Amino acid sequence: VVDLNQLTLFEAAAGLRTGEFSSLDLVGACLDQIDRLEPLLKAFITIQPDKAIDNARSADDLLYRWRKDPSISLPSLTGIPLAVKDVLCVSGMPCTCGSRILEGFVPPYSATAVERILAAGGIIVGKTNTDEFAMGSSTENSAFFTTNNPWDLKRVPGGSSGGSAAAVAARLVPAALGTDTGGSVRQPASFCGVTGIKPTYGRVSRYGLVAFGSSLDVVGVLASSAAEAGLVFSLMAGFDEKDSTTLDLPLPELKFGDQPTERALEGLRIGIPKEYFSDGLQTEVEEGVRKAVEVLESFGAQIAPVSLPHTEYALPVYYLIAPAEASANLARFDGIRYGPRSTGSNMWDIFYRTRGEKFGQEVKRRIMLGTYALSAGYYDAYYGQAQKVRTLIKRDFEQAFEKVDMIAAPVTPTTAFRAGEHTEDPLAMYLEDVLTLPANLAGIPALAFPVGFDRQGLPVGMQLMGPHYQEEVLFKIAHTYQQVTAWHKQRPVL
Amino acid sequence: MTLTLEEVEHIAGLARLSLTDEEKIRFGKQLSAILDYAASLQALDTEKIPPTSSVLPPRSRLRRDEPRPGLTIEELVGNAPEVEKNQFRVPPVLET
Repeated sequence: VVDLNQLTLFEAAAGLRTGEFSSLDLVGACLDQIDRLEPLLKAFITIQPDKAIDNARSADDLLYRWRKDPSISLPSLTGIPLAVKDVLCVSGMPCTCGSRILEGFVPPYSATAVERILAAGGIIVGKTNTDEFAMGSSTENSAFFTTNNPWDLKRVPGGSSGGSAAAVAARLVPAALGTDTGGSVRQPASFCGVTGIKPTYGRVSRYGLVAFGSSLDVVGVLASSAAEAGLVFSLMAGFDEKDSTTLDLPLPELKFGDQPTERALEGLRIGIPKEYFSDGLQTEVEEGVRKAVEVLESFGAQIAPVSLPHTEYALPVYYLIAPAEASANLARFDGIRYGPRSTGSNMWDIFYRTRGEKFGQEVKRRIMLGTYALSAGYYDAYYGQAQKVRTLIKRDFEQAFEKVDMIAAPVTPTTAFRAGEHTEDPLAMYLEDVLTLPANLAGIPALAFPVGFDRQGLPVGMQLMGPHYQEEVLFKIAHTYQQVTAWHKQRPVL
Repeated sequence: MTLTLEEVEHIAGLARLSLTDEEKIRFGKQLSAILDYAASLQALDTEKIPPTSSVLPPRSRLRRDEPRPGLTIEELVGNAPEVEKNQFRVPPVLET
């Protein structure tokens, strides 16, 4: 008997439809896996098993009626459990953003991305751990606890969507929502050996997402394969009148065939940016990416070198722009409308003390940095200059995409690092994001997926980056790769 | 560069953050190191380069100005630490 929590979204949907098993069986299998592994992994901040079981019963009722009368509508994720990163609002479930400043906050509404998953029949079992306000690359900045990497419990799962990545890797749930402001879907996907999509900026509504860097934030998905991530992405993407930055464009129809033809990628030009293969790159990461590119070449893709000359500036640009935006967005946390309130003799005292006492170190550091970059006398030199260099980074991609259709590169310079390795040095932690930040600054879509393991048995990831709105091509390439390789099917032994 | 204690306190004031003495010293050092790193941007000639504030083309969209159901007052104030008569309760803002 196959453990139901090991099934793909497609297998689970098929089994529920034939009645081979019930949603209660499936949700129960995931809750059992959570019971067994959560003490080791600590992937969740909130789990609501009773609610999930109630929803599974309702799904089973709908499935029963559908089997009697297939003319009634049956949404594609009916009865399937998923998890949501704890920066997206789910009505009636605490939303902490990994912070003490939102302790006790229970949103009275759901994010649009979440609404669409619920409308598609998905069952949300809980909220996954994150670095505080998604600021971090390891979950070590969560105010509550650090999530452990399922492949080596002494290592971090990456971040900030580290809880979602660990939950999918250990098959606590088949898929989970994440967010990516500077790599927060792709880096943990890479560290945990799962597939993660960072969509085009504006592709998925951010209504109900607690804002971090508003010109950068996107909602994404982590799953075991490109096809599964693509399914969830296509259900939640698209225009939303509640978010004026969403794109009013038709969504691509994603198709995931069984066996790719020999020339499946014929005519596709894939660029390899030399700036992403510099000195600090772990040899096994480089080898993994190069071998994966050879697989794509074997399906007819043409491989060409490209240059993205301003890549080295992405890190300083990002660490001025994102904190500047964060310092404005996080001004709303003041102890008045939500969260705990520190005592103070007057309003100002309440603001200072609540924020000083309840925000964690990294959040305070970034608020300070962003406030400085925006302050009188420094605005032009820091924030203004960063916005101009952002234009140069964006142009690098525009020029590269005149020569190639896609860009393939490593996700991170190394595989998962040990907990505590970078906590004393913020700049060393920021360097973790050096290869993922450029896609956020340019607003382009990027997909990370596993392409091997290093000698210590840790997953190696690769990312594909494409022009705006080209998610369809990213999914097609990764799916073709996953049809002929098995890296994405490997499971950690726990 | 090195941020002085006064500069750190000034920024913390703008950001409405109370910091401990130990945090002021630590953030001063760390922010100085990060800003030194960011100084590499100054070397680029950007005189003719327009800034990017959003990767999307600017546009605005209006919806019909018609009433529709929203959250109730109870839901809106329900998460506040102190509420009185469906309003956020705060200490006096204006000194008399």
